[in-house]
Amino acid sequence: MARYVLINSVRGVLTILAVSFIVFSLARLTGDPLDVLAPVDMSREDEQALREQWGLDKSLPEQYRSFIANALRGDFGPSFLYPTETAGGIIADRLPASIRLGMVATLLVVTIGIPLGILSAVKRGSPADRIAKGLALFGQSVPEFWLAIMLIWLIAVPWKFIPTSGIGSWSSYILPSFVIAIFGIAALLRLFRSAMLETLGSEYIKLARLKGVSEFWVIMKHALKPASIGPLTFFGGVAVRMLTGATVVEIVFSWPGVGFLAFEAANARDFPVVQALALFTATVIVVMNLLVDVTYAYLDPRVRLGQRSLA
Amino acid sequence: MTAVPPGRDVDPILDVRDLVTHLYTRWGVTKAVDGVSLRLYPGEMLGIVGESGSGKSMLALSLVRLTPEPAGRILGGQVLLNGQDLLLLSAKQMRRIRGREISMILQDPQQSLNPVYSVGNQLAEAIRLHGMAASSAEVLKRSVAALQSVRVPAPERRLRDFPHQMSGGMKQRVVGAMAIACQPSVLIADEPTTALDVTIQAQYLRLLDEIRKETSIGIILITHDFGVIAESCDRVAVMYAGRIVEQGPVSDIFDNPRHPYTRALLEARPRRGRQAARLPSIEGQPPSLIDLPPGCAFAPRCRHAYRRCEEQYPPSFEIGDYHRAACWLAEETP
Repeated sequence: MARYVLINSVRGVLTILAVSFIVFSLARLTGDPLDVLAPVDMSREDEQALREQWGLDKSLPEQYRSFIANALRGDFGPSFLYPTETAGGIIADRLPASIRLGMVATLLVVTIGIPLGILSAVKRGSPADRIAKGLALFGQSVPEFWLAIMLIWLIAVPWKFIPTSGIGSWSSYILPSFVIAIFGIAALLRLFRSAMLETLGSEYIKLARLKGVSEFWVIMKHALKPASIGPLTFFGGVAVRMLTGATVVEIVFSWPGVGFLAFEAANARDFPVVQALALFTATVIVVMNLLVDVTYAYLDPRVRLGQRSLA
Repeated sequence: MTAVPPGRDVDPILDVRDLVTHLYTRWGVTKAVDGVSLRLYPGEMLGIVGESGSGKSMLALSLVRLTPEPAGRILGGQVLLNGQDLLLLSAKQMRRIRGREISMILQDPQQSLNPVYSVGNQLAEAIRLHGMAASSAEVLKRSVAALQSVRVPAPERRLRDFPHQMSGGMKQRVVGAMAIACQPSVLIADEPTTALDVTIQAQYLRLLDEIRKETSIGIILITHDFGVIAESCDRVAVMYAGRIVEQGPVSDIFDNPRHPYTRALLEARPRRGRQAARLPSIEGQPPSLIDLPPGCAFAPRCRHAYRRCEEQYPPSFEIGDYHRAACWLAEETP
């Protein structure tokens, strides 16, 4: 088990390194960073001074090395857009708003998507199943921006206590978290439905019933655990999206989170912020995948113990 | 090995009367079990033999009322377990019977155990569920005893193992341990050795035989293999198209088969010392259980069929002690 976690952690660190290299290279490929930094009418001497100040006169490997060293300390340099602040500082300021929204959305995904998926499988063919399948189809195909605008128009505008945008009391979380969650709800619903259907048809479920296990425990103990192994992979992806900010939704609701920030920074060619966000997102993905892998091992003894066969 | 044909004074533990189970499928109503009557006596091994699709497995599932939902429906008859009709019990009462009074071994051990729970967990569940042990220590003791009774070596260590760490034969032993952990009076083994290696098959059958001798449990052994029947059963019932066409003590059936289907099955068996180029086979296909002919279901494939066979289903004629055959030919020649 420890070995399993170690191997996956090392793999994660290597992935982040690879991403950092790509982020670093892309920033250079879009042109000389000095073109963004320096005013058009700058003198050659001043330009040279600026180049030295930013360390852009050094060789590329050396620049990369100092980029990594600084990044490890959380230092991505000052923001171009807000020169008084550092890129890391801006992200740290915006992050809590995104994480809070993401956690509410994740909670919705888990508490709505999973139970509906189970219900849908257990009551296959019933009206509840048909409604759930309709919801899944809707959630997976509706564009977020459209749903967000519709909800603002149909709910927030007539009902004054739900704000149309911005962050405020708990009521301001309702619409954006729902819009973010709907895709995840739909996806988990579908995945849990099919995984549960497959598991419920298996021989070990038949045997559990033959032992006299009640239907409730057949579902909650014997079917749910093996059935959650598949959807888990997908849940990692959902959680990443929730924590790194949903750009479209944050823009529509003017939510001051990192998703909105990513949009602003990209528009303004604010390289330090974009780089920091890219690395941050990569790190969250890697950490989430590690968590998913560990949960796999917890759920599935075949992963935990390796495929060794004693018999 | 053929033990006692049970004396008439012993009450059967399981008495099935005119059981009818239909499956409501998209293509029509399948008469999977179409009026089956049989008895099982304590300590007896009763074989049920038939081709695939003859209704053997559906019969087994009907006995524990676990026919597939929502297609399967038990429409009539009685399943008397120690005199109590299981078909009249509530779902909750029935759950107390399953695993406690009647248990079952399924065909494929690779699929019958839950891959994410340890063997000990799954075994303990069966014991705890039926209140067979008061404390965890006792659950453990009983689990170990159950594994010992199916000859699993080093049972204490095996309890911590997961199914994927065991061989097929070992898994099927564990399934067996779960089935007998609560000392039920009836054990249904639905083709328990089909998925095992040939060498392990014989071992497993011997194990079942030993268990019933030790515990006086009644075992229903479902198979399509007459060789298996010959080796381990006392009595045998031959199923065709949802009905039992002939039943009787194994020796009677082998020496004096009265139903042409039984005879054909016995002939289709490979035997040592017989130098046939090809094994004899039964012409034609088993009938679709959706639209059965009004008469004998075997008539279209039967060499001896005459008009009456196609018009009227033959009743079960008594031929000897416990030996009955549902064939018009059995009526004439005693």
